[in-house]
Formats: sequence, C-alpha cells, structure tokens
Amino acid sequence: MVVFRSAALHSCVLLALVALFFVLPAYHVGAFSRIMVLAIYAIGYNLLFGYTGLLSLGHAMFFAAGMYGFGLSMNFGGLTVLPAFAVGVTAAGLLSVAVGFLALRTIGVAFMIVTLMFAQTFYLVILYFGEYTRGDEGFIIQQAQRSIAGIDLTTETARYFTAFILFAICFLAMARLVQSPFGKRLVAIRENEERARMLGYDVGRLKLAALVVSGLFSGVAGAAYAMLFGYVGASFAAVHYSIFPLLWVLLGGAGTTVGPLIGVIFMFYLIDVSSSFTNAYMLVAGIALVLLTLFAPQGIAGTLRKRAVSWLP
Amino acid sequence: MAAVSILETKGLTKIYGGLQANTDINFSLRRNAITALIGPNGAGKSTFVGMVSGRTKPTNGSVFFEGQDISRLPAHKRIQLGMAYTFQITSIFPGLTVEDNVALAAGRKLAHDKTAHAQKTAAVLDKIGLGDRADQVASDLSYGHQRVLEIAMGLAQDPKLFILDEPTQGLAEGEVDAFVTLMRTMAKETTILLIEHNMRVVTETADHVAVLDQGRLLASGTVDEIHANAAVQAAYLGTTANA
Repeated sequence: MVVFRSAALHSCVLLALVALFFVLPAYHVGAFSRIMVLAIYAIGYNLLFGYTGLLSLGHAMFFAAGMYGFGLSMNFGGLTVLPAFAVGVTAAGLLSVAVGFLALRTIGVAFMIVTLMFAQTFYLVILYFGEYTRGDEGFIIQQAQRSIAGIDLTTETARYFTAFILFAICFLAMARLVQSPFGKRLVAIRENEERARMLGYDVGRLKLAALVVSGLFSGVAGAAYAMLFGYVGASFAAVHYSIFPLLWVLLGGAGTTVGPLIGVIFMFYLIDVSSSFTNAYMLVAGIALVLLTLFAPQGIAGTLRKRAVSWLP
Repeated sequence: MAAVSILETKGLTKIYGGLQANTDINFSLRRNAITALIGPNGAGKSTFVGMVSGRTKPTNGSVFFEGQDISRLPAHKRIQLGMAYTFQITSIFPGLTVEDNVALAAGRKLAHDKTAHAQKTAAVLDKIGLGDRADQVASDLSYGHQRVLEIAMGLAQDPKLFILDEPTQGLAEGEVDAFVTLMRTMAKETTILLIEHNMRVVTETADHVAVLDQGRLLASGTVDEIHANAAVQAAYLGTTANA
C-alpha cells in the first residue's frame, strides 16, 4: 500500500512538472528549468543530511566539481557534451570519496567545520588556477557546443525537458534508494548511530557510501547547470552555495523525497516575488525562514507528514 | 573446550588513567546457559562487557568467541559473528516505529529476502508481546516497553550470545516478573550473559554467577556456591546473602 501510494505520489509530481511546461509563461518555464537542476542538488544533499543525519557545510565543492569537470573538459579537453558530463560526475564522485575518507573521521560540529574547510580550499584552488578557470568572472560554454546528437540544448523546450529527464531520474532513483534496506540503514544511523553499530552494521562504510552518492548527485546537478545555462563560475563553489541546499532541504522537509523540490521552489519564488516589491528581499526571505523554522521545524513536507499524511515517503 | 564455553577472556585488563577498571580477568562463559555477572557499583562490569562486545578497547589481554580470537575486531564485526547487546541505558531508534526498530535488527541477515524478513519481524514482535503496537513510534512507548523493544531487537538477530546490561533497571516489579519469564524462554535458544543488580532476578534466572569486585574476578560458580562463598559475602552480598 505504502509502496503504491509513494509511486503514485512521485508520478503525480513528475506529471505536474510536464504539465507546467505547457501552462506556464516563458519566464516561469525558464525558472523551473533552473529549479529542477537545483532540486537535483537538494536531493543529493538530503540523502546525507535528511536521511543519514550528517550536516555538511561544504557541498558546493561537489556541485562545483561537477560544473568545472564538465566545463573545463569541454573548453580545454575538446570533449562533447555527454563525455564531459561523465567527467563532471566522476570528478564529483572522486572528490567525495577523498573528502569522505578524511571528513568522516569527525562527527557533529567538527564534521561541519571540516567539510566547510575542504570546500573553502576547493574554492581557493579554483581562484588560484584563474588562468584556466577565469576565477570569479567564470567562463561561458559556447552555445554551439551545447548540443546532444544534434539537439540544441539552449532552446527553452530542450532545456526544460533535459532538466526534467535528469530530475526525474534522480528523483525516482533517490525515492527507491531511501526505501531500500540501504536507505533504512542510513536512517538508523541518523536515529541512533551507536545502536546501528551494535546491530552489526558497518556504520563507517555506510556513511561513506551515503556521502559519495550525495556527492555524485551534487555533481550531476553542477554539470547539468553548466550544460543547460552555459556558465561556469567560482561563485558556485563559494560558501553560500553550500548553505543553499541546507536551507532548501530544511524548508522543504529533511528526510522526505519531495521535500528538496518543494524547498527549492519555495525559496526561488520567495526571493523572486519579494524582490519585485522591495530591495530588501533578503530580509523577507530571512523572516520567512525564521518563521518556518519556528512554526514548522520539520519543513513543509515534514510538517505535512506529521499532521496529515503519515505515509509520505 | 570450545564445545562447553562460547566465550573466553585471557588476562583482560583496562586501565583508565591511573585507575585499573579491570585487572587480568580470565573468564569462561558456558554455552546455552544464563550466566549472571554481578558486583557492586564501580566493580568494572560495564567495562568488562564493553571489552567483550568491542565498544571499549582493552589495555591488555584477549577475547575469544567460539574459539576465535576477536580481540582486534571492531564492534560491528563481533555482532556479525553472533553477539547481541542491549545497552544499560535504553538504546532504540526513537523516531521509528516499533516494527521498523525490529526490522532493522532482523534486516542485517535477512534484508535480501523480503518474505523471511517480514516473517521474522512479525514473529519477534508477537513473541515479545509488542505485536499490537507495531505501528507506534518507539519514543511514544512507556519506559518498560522500550526496554522490551530493545530485547526484541536483540532476539531478532538470533544471537549465539546475548549480552544484557542491567535489563531490569528502572522496571516496575510486575515488569520484572514478566522479564524473568522472558529470560527463561530465551535461555532455551541462546547463551545469555546478564549484568544485573537485582539479586532476585539473578537467583531466579541464572545457572551460573560470576562476581567482579574492584576490577577483579572474585569468584564464579553456581548460585548456591556463590551464596556460600565467604569472600563474596564480605565484598558484596553482605546482608542480602539470604535474598
């Protein structure tokens, strides 16, 4: 029953995203392309934070590894889109293995600080190699290069549906993963790590696996962003891009499958709408965040699950 | 030898700073029996089972489980060999349902086989009397039920050796009776190492008793032998010798 319901829910979300393309005005179609790519990032972050209970403050490095892996291999390696995409995702995967080995020796606040420091180092490395990365200014991936098998990814339609396909794959894969025995074990670690260990689970290995999967999803998002929007820049490796996924997931509902998407949509339109009224839009965003944290600490989907739909995956 | 004893320790020693929590403990645990480990507060009981289960690293000495030297294995590997452990302070997954708690315990061995996994989970819940509370969130259970749940999580693993660290602590009299009954049924299927303060539970369940005092193994034997042991009476039982 629960399996059926969650499959129905996930299908409805995806159908709604397809429908939105046909009903939304052009500006919002563009916005939703971006939202879906960022939601992939949030989905990856949610696995580590929402399900495993590990708060990383350095996920921008995985997002940026995907982005730079993609962009640099196209501009300097002469690769086409698909191999470059693979390079981006691989780069993020390798980085997360390396960071995981070192950072997972720590827990709690120390883990936050260590991941933050790794991400800052990664950011500074990007700036240091400014000759290739063009630093803060970043670089463009030419429109002509951004096509797969003759399909121009820069048109609104192609961009929307490329973002949608990538989102759908990640969304469904993650929904399946968190309901698998592996996902249940990650939740066990979040709930009580010592108990999980004393049930015979190799907690260290499970946490590393969670971090690597999380890093891979972030890398997919980073590479997809560069592919669809044609820009690669160091600001995506900066600290606020590590904070964003945390906010999205907190707002949307940590440890829920739909929470990350809800969080990104909410935050995107909160800033979008408030900035049309006032320059102090970050103040509005800040107040909304504080209110949500006070009155719905489990986020939108988390609160729904608690109040009304207890089966929400 | 291996047939009679499931667990052995040789020269097991733990030193915290200047304090000798455990000194040179040579201990042998009989298979298919309930052995109670008793001793006054601070005698080193928890340190001892911590070293057996792998949660505490010994300063010296070794631990053998079914003849295999497990001294260097991390805790989760020892559990995988067939130990189960319940904590002195109740340790469950508070945010998950009772069923999920037990399913996680059963799932290490059975997760690949959905039917067997579900059957095992249901069987354990039934056996322990939590079947009608399967969908309840564990943190909403009463303290007594939480303790029972933790024991259910141990049983779900089908352990060869079940270590219970003060399982009746904080339980009401009636709950202790139910626990004693449960222990007796469990003893038919597994070996139990029971750390216990409640002498009534010890005399009613244990086949053997080992006494720790000031980090040393003072005596071990049947309940009657321990009762008769002058050194034990002096060190620990004192006026409760007739309990």
